[in-house]
Amino acid sequence: MAPPSPDTFAIAGNRFGLGLRADDPPPADPRADLLAQFDRFDPRPPAIAALPGSAQMAAHFRSFLEQQRLRLRRDMVAASMAAPTATATSATPPDEANRRQELRRLYTRAYGDQVNGRIAAALTTPAPFPERLVHFWSNHFSVSIEKLQTAGLAGPFEFEAIRPHIAGRFVDLLQAAARHPAMLLYLDQAQAIGPESPVADAARQRGAPRQPGLNENLGREILELHTLGVGSGYSQADVQEMARALTGWSVGGFVRGPAGQAAPDGAFVFQPGWHEPGPRQLLGQRYAGTGEAQARAMLADLAVHPATARHLATKLARHFVADVPPPALVDRLAAAHVASGGDLMAVYRVLVASPEAWAPAQPKFKTPWDWTISALRATGATATPDLRLAGALSELGQQVWRSGSPAGWDDIAASWAAPDALLRRVEVAGRLAARIGDRIDARALAPHILPGVLTAATAQAVGRAASPQQGLALLLAAPEFLRR
Amino acid sequence: MIDRRLFLGLGAATWLTPQLALAAAATDRRLVFIILRGAMDGLAAVMPVGDPAYAALRGNFGPPPDAGVPLPLGPDFALHPALAQTGALYARGEALFVHAIASPYRERSHFDAQNVLETGGTAAYARKDGWLNRLLPLLPATGEPAIALAQTLPMALRGTATATAFAPSQLATADDDLLARAGMLYAADPQLHRLWSDALAARTLAGADARGKANPAGLGRLAATFLAKPHGARIAVIELNGWDTHSGQAGRLNAQLRQLDTVIAALKDGLGADWAHTVVIAATEFGRTAAPNGTGGTDHGTGGVAMVAGGAVKGGRVVTDWPGLAPAKLFDGRDLAATTDLRALFAGLAAEHFALDPMRVARRVFAGSVRPMSGLVRG
Repeated sequence: MAPPSPDTFAIAGNRFGLGLRADDPPPADPRADLLAQFDRFDPRPPAIAALPGSAQMAAHFRSFLEQQRLRLRRDMVAASMAAPTATATSATPPDEANRRQELRRLYTRAYGDQVNGRIAAALTTPAPFPERLVHFWSNHFSVSIEKLQTAGLAGPFEFEAIRPHIAGRFVDLLQAAARHPAMLLYLDQAQAIGPESPVADAARQRGAPRQPGLNENLGREILELHTLGVGSGYSQADVQEMARALTGWSVGGFVRGPAGQAAPDGAFVFQPGWHEPGPRQLLGQRYAGTGEAQARAMLADLAVHPATARHLATKLARHFVADVPPPALVDRLAAAHVASGGDLMAVYRVLVASPEAWAPAQPKFKTPWDWTISALRATGATATPDLRLAGALSELGQQVWRSGSPAGWDDIAASWAAPDALLRRVEVAGRLAARIGDRIDARALAPHILPGVLTAATAQAVGRAASPQQGLALLLAAPEFLRR
Repeated sequence: MIDRRLFLGLGAATWLTPQLALAAAATDRRLVFIILRGAMDGLAAVMPVGDPAYAALRGNFGPPPDAGVPLPLGPDFALHPALAQTGALYARGEALFVHAIASPYRERSHFDAQNVLETGGTAAYARKDGWLNRLLPLLPATGEPAIALAQTLPMALRGTATATAFAPSQLATADDDLLARAGMLYAADPQLHRLWSDALAARTLAGADARGKANPAGLGRLAATFLAKPHGARIAVIELNGWDTHSGQAGRLNAQLRQLDTVIAALKDGLGADWAHTVVIAATEFGRTAAPNGTGGTDHGTGGVAMVAGGAVKGGRVVTDWPGLAPAKLFDGRDLAATTDLRALFAGLAAEHFALDPMRVARRVFAGSVRPMSGLVRG
């Protein structure tokens, strides 16, 4: 077989992958190689396997909660014995502030380790296309680290719920994401309680000051973001039925009352006493079952719904092919999803086989994450240079696991190609090159990482640079390196 | 319940992911649009205490006890205590609130609703440009290219008229030679060439304010820096995230409102005498449920509140066609019904403030389907 054209090699490495490395050999058949990468993909690479998981993160949180509860109890006892004037204490006693500070420090350190693990996996993987799909699905099921509860859990979410399921059935990915403690806490599901559940009944009989009840957040985002997609025809009533079905889905260790079944820290637990009893109706379909199985059955149907197929097809095509996805490609991807019952490999095979994805132009503007990873791979890095990289990603506008929204990061150029953002990439390129540029000949590197797309103008600018460092910075900031 | 303080997250500025964008015009009038992303609870911000159904719905679900005392806004409404400085503006006649207001959007997706809020359309993604961008060509022409200054441009300012974005950066500035050569690298690339020129211009204008950590006061001051220049930007957009309070609302909303209050106060301070010619409007994509949900928060709703502040505002009023909170009056049996169209407020403010024909603004900026409000700005 003839060697692949430089274009095809560049597209496989840069558009489907994470950016070429200097020593990447051109595969004999780049299309076949993309699919073969799934055999080489490691769901639990060493850099990630070494990190504490959600159980440990949850244990830290539980111990913090327990100390806080103890404090509250102590205060109540003290208040009942002291004179009224002595009870007007400050809202946050110093020891509690310290403990919270300590938990925050611990989580911040864990977050840094998790980001480094993610970066190391992206730099050393023998399977860049599946690795890109990890980032894609993690963003699809976005969990953001704003809340203290999720700050230590967004990394484990990606490692535990996303990585193992990217090449399986969509329903398994969906269930894993929806049941992970990070998602249940991020979208406020962990303490939602059915208004007619046994626990709510008891609260009413007790005359409790605040009645427990529903929270629509997770139910809504499952329909709007994770499966069907907004505007696909579900109603507010469907959102509420989904929310009712999800009552009882909770997490061990994090949740303070009402009393439910004990469960290991960070583990999914179903609380039968919180579940809204009765059959449900979703999208005109009746769900007779009850308990944990009810929402599971809904998710199973949602995962293979034609609207879900179309929603996912559109996002995949937008991610890998063009900001405005070619309609014919979306049709074929959606059809593959429906025909295969949501087998993700069947969908990826259609994507890789699509002529639209192999058009020679560079249709996509890299996100800050894509650009940073490709720059590090181009310069031969195998591990995060130092912790400041997490900060640089934030300055570039895409701090890892902090999209700030359950919709995740945007995937179109208009969201990333902006004046200040461009200036910042040049600055980061300069900083990166200042550290390693003297060991790299950017003139020799350029054709290796941009085969078929390197322009004469860029080659010339790199060749005429005032220093090796400046030459490398210009290469990483070049138009053909900013796009894929 | 999980303690509200646990939601404060990592670091003080957790809920603030601010963006600032500006555009220029040859007028001494300034307009600042603050987008509150995540759906602010209007019933908590401007509390309809005169509505008998309010106490029944919200009873003990008010501001946290240590937040202070709500400020009365006449007999029917009270302001959340975290908005103390905005309340002082109200008392001076420099702030007003429009209640039971919403965009034409009636579903409950943040992302679609924000698109409607920013494009000024009637449905999500029906328009490809922002209403503030469409307003720009109606303003007196300026001799120099319009300038905009944030990391990326919010939808409200995207479109054919020139506007750009700027945000303070903690990065070390690259050396001038690298910047010059990068500029040459982009010379033949139309997209990157324009971005690059705008970026350099914005950073020059920002001067010493270009570097630093984003915080509410700094953001307000930075916006004021750009707006106060004699030929500088006249329209600014500030984005404040974090209003999606599904749980632990009391503490989170208190912190959010305090940030908003700080931004408004810093704008006023930074603008000095120019505050007299300024209108600030803060709006959100939709309101939240009238009743709290089961987890100490509120879910996505419909009607909410918009805040208008500035020296040019005819303030000291709550403007509303109040629909009532009795169960039968609620939209879909759960939300404050919207009786005012946000676009009517936007169109009216823009027209009066920049002395434009209201119908022309309605036609050109909002496709003519709105009747602009009037009497919002001092004559």
